[in-house]
Amino acid sequence: MKLPAEFLKGIIRQNPIFVLALGLCPVLAVSTSVSNALGMGAAATFVLVGSNCIISLIKNVVPDKIRIPCFIVVIATFVTIAELVMRAYSPALNRALGIYVPLIVVNCMVLGRAEAFASRRPFLGSLADGLGMGAGFTLGLALISSIRELLGAGELLGYTLFPGFKPALMMALPPGALLVIGMMLGFFNLLKGRKE
Amino acid sequence: MNVGQFLAIFISSVFVSNVILSRFLGLCSFIAISKETRPALAMSSAVLFVITMSSAITWVIYRYLLIPFDLAYLRTISFILVIAAFVQLVEMVIRKFMPALYRVFGIYLPLITVNCAVLGVAVLNSDMFFSKGRPLPGSFQLSIFQGICVGIGYALAMLLMSAIRERLEYSRVPESVREFPLAFVTASLMSLSFMGFNGFKF
Repeated sequence: MKLPAEFLKGIIRQNPIFVLALGLCPVLAVSTSVSNALGMGAAATFVLVGSNCIISLIKNVVPDKIRIPCFIVVIATFVTIAELVMRAYSPALNRALGIYVPLIVVNCMVLGRAEAFASRRPFLGSLADGLGMGAGFTLGLALISSIRELLGAGELLGYTLFPGFKPALMMALPPGALLVIGMMLGFFNLLKGRKE
Repeated sequence: MNVGQFLAIFISSVFVSNVILSRFLGLCSFIAISKETRPALAMSSAVLFVITMSSAITWVIYRYLLIPFDLAYLRTISFILVIAAFVQLVEMVIRKFMPALYRVFGIYLPLITVNCAVLGVAVLNSDMFFSKGRPLPGSFQLSIFQGICVGIGYALAMLLMSAIRERLEYSRVPESVREFPLAFVTASLMSLSFMGFNGFKF
């Protein structure tokens, strides 16, 4: 088993957003601006890494029949930590992300990695997998949110890029999120088709 | 508590902030199961039932367990566990006593545990109808009503989407946008039309 390979696969080849299409609810909801997206990416990466590590350590102790509830408790613990830290140190971000922080618990990506990877692999591999998936998730979020912020507000991280550009408000609203993710998935499918 | 408040919740949860098309909760099931109308209807009725019941249960837990003992920070963990246990219980009861109903929506029940719409509504209720650890007047009824309305909004979006996608099956589209990408673009257009309800005022 090669650790760098476990890390790198999450970024492009098995990108959780574009290739696996997992965990889309927060992606669409918080990608209105790049700063929100980075905050969400950091929180999700923290939860992914933490839960992957703990689950790979306790996998031999947990009975097979009740493993899903056990995994959910572990994940919920890390989500609560992330939520409390965020509320204490950056209340503005916490307000902007709203209910989507507690909802990381039911994010299919986190539970999916726990079930498909961490529950049957050693500790270091699970750590690398969590880091890679988190990085891929954050990168995907950053990509979508920069497209939406650029077209919807004409800005990037709060700076105006093209003076005089009339932003299309629709891109900052919910329909814009669905449109961008649909186009991106189609684009990635096209790339996959070319390669084969 | 008055009728206007209930009406505002109804319009807001079903149309303006539709649970799927504007809040993006339950999106995974929305994309995965909306290919045909019949399973979409079964899934929506299961979600409607579970959301309504879990709104009531989580309100009781929050009001009489978490707030008195100053445990509100355990909200996420306790809500998800209660919802998971409730869904499991419903599945067992239905399988034992109503095998016909189980065949219709039994297979969707385990999926509902990790449906963000259910936990989302529970969290939203405890955010909206409690202020500084005290329940607002009529918050129990409002919570249940919001649960029902969100379930109706979910069913509405699901039915429309499945009807559109059944027609899309017969259209000729480029190979790379077949299935998911096309479903998202369709959802985007639906979301745009639902935003037309934004101007409603009471």
